[in-house]
Amino acid sequence: MAAEEESAVKEPLDLIRLSLDERIYVKLRSDRELRGKLHAYDQHLNMILGDVEEIITTVEIDDETYEEIVRTTRRTVPFLFVRGDGVILVSPPLRTA
Amino acid sequence: MLFFSYFKELVGKEVTVELKNDLEIRGTLHSVDQYLNIKLENTRVVDQDKYPHMLSVRNCFIRGSVVRYVQLPPDGVDIDILHDATRREARGA
Repeated sequence: MAAEEESAVKEPLDLIRLSLDERIYVKLRSDRELRGKLHAYDQHLNMILGDVEEIITTVEIDDETYEEIVRTTRRTVPFLFVRGDGVILVSPPLRTA
Repeated sequence: MLFFSYFKELVGKEVTVELKNDLEIRGTLHSVDQYLNIKLENTRVVDQDKYPHMLSVRNCFIRGSVVRYVQLPPDGVDIDILHDATRREARGA
């Protein structure tokens, strides 16, 4: 008789397991964010994402006015491996206006 | 070992490795190891004008820890196989 698959949520990595094949939001180091479909991950938070949008945020300070200019750069990649040591957090996509 | 096995399946395919220093290197995946160190053949730097450092480099070894992303061919491996392998790995780890 096959044992029942243990799909209880016991630890944080189990929460990520719930998002497999779903779209997720990933915050990375160096002011980067990713939004894509989670296809694979491991305990290091190495991940494979599909249909990914990467958002890089930079802040420039004007020499004269000292005002902060926030810029975002976006690009899309169809299929991406992300190394886990750059990951800060993983979440379902945020519902922003 | 999940991603080690995944990359072994991709040997021979064209990938683009983006390093933590923003360098992007396109090449054929020659080999990978348990640390996800990567050896690429037939390499070209993606933005050659911005990064002329490696104009004459055709093969390279990349330490796994300096990789930020690897852009993969979408048809590399079946997605369902990836999902199943991930569920098994998540349970075992």
